[in-house]
Amino acid sequence: MEQGPAGGLAAGAAAAAPAAGTGGLLLPLSESEQQRYSELFSRCCPPPEAAAGGSSVGELFRASQLPPDTLHQITEVCGAKRVGYFGPAQFYIALKLIAAAQSGFPVRIESIKNELPLPRFMALKNDSEVRYGTPAELHGVKFQVPHATLEKNSYKRTDEGDKQEPKSPPMSPICSPPASPSTYQRIPLSYGYGKSRSGLEQQHAAPYEVRHSTHQQDGPSSGNYGAKPALASSTLNRSLSAEREQPESSAHYSDDPWRITEEQRDYYVNQFRSLQPDLNSFVSGSVAKNFFTKSKLPIPELSHIWELSDVDCDGALTLPEFCAAFHLVVARKNGYQLPETLPETLQPEYLQAGNNVPAAGRVPVAISETQRVGKMGFKASAEEVPDNSALLQDAKKEDKQALKVGTPLKTIPKEFQHLTVKTAAQESNALRARPRSRSYSSTSIEDAMKKGEEPPTPPPRPQKSHSRASSLDLNKIFQQNTQAVRSGWLPPPPPALPPRPSVSQTEQVSEVELHPQMNRPPSQAEENSSAKKEVVLTQPPSKPTRRKLRTETQGLETPELSPTINVTSSLPAVKPHLPVQKPSSKQKRAIQTAIRKNKEANAVLARLNSELQQQLKEVHKERIALETQLEQLRPVTVL
Amino acid sequence: VLLRVIYSPPQNYPLYIRSIPTENELKFHYTVHTSLDVVDEKISAMGKALVDQRELYLGLLYPTEDYKVYGYVTNSKVKFVMVVDSSNTALRDNEIRSMFRKLHNSYTDIMCNPFYNPGDRIHSRAFDNMVNSMMMQVC
Repeated sequence: MEQGPAGGLAAGAAAAAPAAGTGGLLLPLSESEQQRYSELFSRCCPPPEAAAGGSSVGELFRASQLPPDTLHQITEVCGAKRVGYFGPAQFYIALKLIAAAQSGFPVRIESIKNELPLPRFMALKNDSEVRYGTPAELHGVKFQVPHATLEKNSYKRTDEGDKQEPKSPPMSPICSPPASPSTYQRIPLSYGYGKSRSGLEQQHAAPYEVRHSTHQQDGPSSGNYGAKPALASSTLNRSLSAEREQPESSAHYSDDPWRITEEQRDYYVNQFRSLQPDLNSFVSGSVAKNFFTKSKLPIPELSHIWELSDVDCDGALTLPEFCAAFHLVVARKNGYQLPETLPETLQPEYLQAGNNVPAAGRVPVAISETQRVGKMGFKASAEEVPDNSALLQDAKKEDKQALKVGTPLKTIPKEFQHLTVKTAAQESNALRARPRSRSYSSTSIEDAMKKGEEPPTPPPRPQKSHSRASSLDLNKIFQQNTQAVRSGWLPPPPPALPPRPSVSQTEQVSEVELHPQMNRPPSQAEENSSAKKEVVLTQPPSKPTRRKLRTETQGLETPELSPTINVTSSLPAVKPHLPVQKPSSKQKRAIQTAIRKNKEANAVLARLNSELQQQLKEVHKERIALETQLEQLRPVTVL
Repeated sequence: VLLRVIYSPPQNYPLYIRSIPTENELKFHYTVHTSLDVVDEKISAMGKALVDQRELYLGLLYPTEDYKVYGYVTNSKVKFVMVVDSSNTALRDNEIRSMFRKLHNSYTDIMCNPFYNPGDRIHSRAFDNMVNSMMMQVC
């Protein structure tokens, strides 16, 4: 029975350490075979495990492009079915059998005894022999691709020119059904093989790449990152190998691991489409999170990738953002360290331009907030952040929901098309700039609103106090001098006129010293001659009301009237005498004008008086309130 | 001398702590923690004006320690506390406000990240960069 010897082999092999490669395996394996097999095996099953995952192995087998029946046979023959798992022995036997089958030998255990070429597995990048136009979803294949590429690098060096196994594209069908991890592992295998195939690949380099990209596109909608990394690494490998005649587009890759190839891009676009049919729309944060979580990267790294790629920080990924994020995941899977800032080639404008020509580098803008602040004409990311923040502030929310509110707004400006010219990208930037300006304006509006809230408060203040230092003094003076100056509650006057304080002061002074001294012509003359305020201040209230009125009127008038005062000095000088003594016509007129002025001053002072009395009332109320509080508290303290 | 802490509601555990002079951190932690009480008090005080975009208070001005503590509360009750050395008199109110606003913006950006769970400690590098640049600006 074929399974017998296979079982025996399996047992023997199983006894040996899995990582020992051929250890215990009775199969004659050549050096290259051993290397290849061990590599494949390690890919199919992570080192700590002893057995390859069935699904991953299945995918690999399917990559060999053998009919399913053959694969089943192989599985049986190698003994995996019997033992239930793919140990190293089974795996190697299976690989041998695959090689045999591919070479046309029957699937028998005896076949493996022959010298066979290495089994061929379809790699994404490989031959166009089996062109699978069907966009099968490469679930997780992409994930594996990065590993594959890494391994391929080393692998390639060892096996370069070794075997040129045409890898047909059937990786895609392989990848489609299985779970992501397994498919993930597949791709590395295929890639490895692809790499080793220098000659064939050279021939089919161009179509391979295309194929590769298509397969990548076909890759699984959710969580397939492998293609990208594979492509990236493979391109790198190609550059390293220099054997391959890469299409010209790959020439870029040697420079920049962060550059997205056409195939990669197409793949990403397909992935995006699977997540979100509308290419111009967003992939929401939760959907993208699920998608990228399948890549099995640690969450902090995914978080960082998101930070880098979501340049506008809206919690959703546009197509270029998505491509950038995907590319970063792929690169990370391939072992590249994540950059601190988004590389130039991954930035949305660049990606938006379609990766056609290396864009005149936009300065890679760090996603730092500081750059975001106040840099209008800069990257969209920088600009849109304030928009988001402003929108968020407007919405008064900090969670993504608020951002979702903002995103609809942004969808409008973000109507860019995939692969549009850079001008279009610039337009979109300009459009995005508008939300930014909106954001700025909104922030300014908010600030204005805040400031607007403040202005209303000041107006009441003047009613309380005169907002003038002198007015405070006035209050003190008032309280000191006149306790009950509650005469006539006039309506609250408008804010005091500038001369008021001086007038009030003079009024104070004059009131205080009203009684003494009736006549002081010289003093009055002095007052009249000098500036009004000075007059008012310096004037000792010698005369009774008249003088007071006069000074008030004089105080009310602008100080610049001093010349007029001088002019009229003669008159006032005469005035004090006139009203008391014989009023001449001139004097009468003067007196009347003085009376008028005094009345005006009186009115002003009355208003002031009422204001102050209001203040006094309020203060009294407060005092009463405090006293009641004190009384309430007293019994407590006493007890 | 600058220390900033972000606390999250409702249990008020710190999400992010960064200080420029790394010594005396414990003292700053203590200060910030006690300031939380004042912040909570203020929050409860302004009942209707729940959304005060900026809440500035110089409440904890220790005469000996000579530094000021500023607080800021967002709509979702996330509190930002900033401790500034009083000798740094160049810091004006507007600057503090702008710093808080920047912090708030950065925080919302972090919230955008679907991989960030509210309540986790903040490990975002972009956020760190922003905070560092701000603190360098002050010191």
